[in-house]
Amino acid sequence: MALSGLDIFKLLPKTNCGDCGVPTCMAFAMKLAQKKAELSECPHASEEASAVIGAAATPPIRLVKIGVGAQALEIGNETVMFRHEKTFVHQTGIAIQLRTSANEKELLAKVKEIERYKVERVGEELKVDLLFISHDSSNKDGFKNAVKLIKENSTKGIILDCPDREALQSGLELLKDDRPAIFLREEVTDTDIEIAHACGTSLILLADTFEDLNNQIEKTQQADMNDIVLSLNSQEIGQHVQNSTILRRSALKKNYRPFGYPLFTFIEVENEFDLMAMASAYLCKYDSIIVLPTYDRAMLYTLLTLRQNIFTDPQKPIQVEPKIYAIGEPTPQSPVFVTTNFSLTYFIVSGEIENSGVSAHLVVCDCEGQSVLTAWAAGKFVGETIAKFIKDINLEQDVKTRKIVIPGFVSQISGDLEENLPGWEVIVGCQEASDIPAFIKNVNLT
Amino acid sequence: MDFEIPKETSTGKIVEVIFGATPDQGGTRSHSITVGGSSALPFHFFEGEHPHRPVVAMEVFDKIPDKYPEPLLEYYKDVIGKPGEMAKRCVEQYGAESVSVRLEGTHPEKGNRSADEAVEAVKAVLESVQVPLIISGHSHFEKINEVMKKVCEATAGENCLINYVETDNYKTIAAACLAYDHTIVAQTPIDVNLAKQLNILLTEMNYPTERIIMDPLTSTLGYGLEYTYSIMERIRIEGLGGDRMLAFPMLVNPGYESIRVKEARVSEEDYPEWGNQEHRNAYWEIATTMSLLAAGAELLLMYHPKAVETVKKKIKEMYDSRDGD
Repeated sequence: MALSGLDIFKLLPKTNCGDCGVPTCMAFAMKLAQKKAELSECPHASEEASAVIGAAATPPIRLVKIGVGAQALEIGNETVMFRHEKTFVHQTGIAIQLRTSANEKELLAKVKEIERYKVERVGEELKVDLLFISHDSSNKDGFKNAVKLIKENSTKGIILDCPDREALQSGLELLKDDRPAIFLREEVTDTDIEIAHACGTSLILLADTFEDLNNQIEKTQQADMNDIVLSLNSQEIGQHVQNSTILRRSALKKNYRPFGYPLFTFIEVENEFDLMAMASAYLCKYDSIIVLPTYDRAMLYTLLTLRQNIFTDPQKPIQVEPKIYAIGEPTPQSPVFVTTNFSLTYFIVSGEIENSGVSAHLVVCDCEGQSVLTAWAAGKFVGETIAKFIKDINLEQDVKTRKIVIPGFVSQISGDLEENLPGWEVIVGCQEASDIPAFIKNVNLT
Repeated sequence: MDFEIPKETSTGKIVEVIFGATPDQGGTRSHSITVGGSSALPFHFFEGEHPHRPVVAMEVFDKIPDKYPEPLLEYYKDVIGKPGEMAKRCVEQYGAESVSVRLEGTHPEKGNRSADEAVEAVKAVLESVQVPLIISGHSHFEKINEVMKKVCEATAGENCLINYVETDNYKTIAAACLAYDHTIVAQTPIDVNLAKQLNILLTEMNYPTERIIMDPLTSTLGYGLEYTYSIMERIRIEGLGGDRMLAFPMLVNPGYESIRVKEARVSEEDYPEWGNQEHRNAYWEIATTMSLLAAGAELLLMYHPKAVETVKKKIKEMYDSRDGD
């Protein structure tokens, strides 16, 4: 948990000796609290101070990495229960289950398809993060062969689900530098920990109760194995969310170290709609890895969109690229609308223009992602700036229309905009986006 | 092990709101619906009470909505312009616990149907089903005031949920709800303070607090869902923390909002990465609904039968398990 400057000050020698390079202990404490200094800069700090401040500097939920290279997944390091308090830091990793019982051709096709899957949304490329390999074939070499095939055809991080320890080892030998994770369906053993240490993997612990989970964590921690991910078996969605909440709250609010690890869930249900419902709730409420038993593009796209929404930093509005957007199939004679590049504003305005059935040009100005009224108040969405943007993007060459519709909430800029934009008639639009279709119908815009 | 389950108890409690009146209570419904009453965050059975299950309502229309997705139309194509028949299907086949009659067709730009026609549509639904009703309007102040006044009068005693009033237009409709004993939805645009202010305005005109449900305005998945989600979490935390003017049950519109987006309408052929359109329609609504349920929604206005079935099933599992069934 973060310490305040005053908390830290109480632990310092309070001699104001200046040896740390800062004139007073209080000033040094403030710098420490802001993470602009290190305690080691004070030669007189007590052991107690090092212990307390050191512990406070350790993230309450450990960062765990799976996979290597550009595709590596980082999870953990979360600091809040609710996204509005600050932000959720690391997006939930989405994994797809592959089974070794599938024939090689089938498996290869699926691996390749998952590898290819990508879809762009609001400037972000959405992809599957991990492959979850379950060994369910009786073929002795089945696991090793599957791992080999996957390694050769995929760049994704890998989670190994293999109850047969011998087969597991044979697979791990192929993944020496790939930092996979091992999913343990049974209680963690000394052998598991040894394997994890030897191969540089993380371990995903599975338990039925908090107590059982706690015991397993103690065991791994005692063996100095700290790259772990936690999973609790649950009967249904409500219990699952409660378990996840209790684990996260213990780590963040109670500083309960054993539960300071990211959470994992493998949703083993067959009905795709149930799966969608559970995955949605678990993504909102704290699971850092979700394994889906099937590859379903509609579900992936839905879930990845939800992930993009939930993990957006609420302190930074999502921006869309400032430019002229074609709504429908506009011609040079189509009407022209102008708004700001706050993503939500853009989505709503473009959606309502589309709903009107009329094609149009939508000029989205660079307002640093602010909404219409905020940008106007900040002087970023006024006559002068809008006119400059319109000239910069050469709107006058692309369209023949000389009427431009501004949002109704900023009617006061219309005169100013007309002055800055000679030859154009400024039309004050409606205040609410939902009235756009009616507005388009009733006003001559061309 | 020194682990203890960290519980947080709330000082506040969400108001219990009842809508729908039985013959004993002056209406014709087979039962009433109660929402609210929670003393903990959603799903948190371990640290508080959730006396009432979230409710799934489905919506019928006085006019066929524009851009209604093809796969969804398959479920309703023989009844979609007929509110009474569609309501019957929603309740009897798809398990709707309440029906919302959306009077979009009365909007001057969308059909300009008269207030009397609106009353007719509502009456058809009252006759065809016995569940409590929600009457949903639009934002054309002048027209909706006229329509809602008539509808409130014509359904006097039924305790319908009148959906909605907003800060710039609440007096006429709220007065009609008061006069004819209906419950009200207070809608504000994704903002904690505006939500609180409208609730205060309503209580200042002596509108009873146990007859208010809040609508924080739904943005659907991919189109600002995160704003609705976080505003709802903040409203609920404030309400449970003791702010009585934010301690109302919340209504959301995942159905209405999900069919309006591009994702609902385009085919897999045109957008292969977006997958099967029919599944996508249901998934989009399920993901929106489940996340808003986790953020505090109690009353869910839904469209897709598959999404309704799924969300109802999940609510049932959750509450049955809580009740030890």
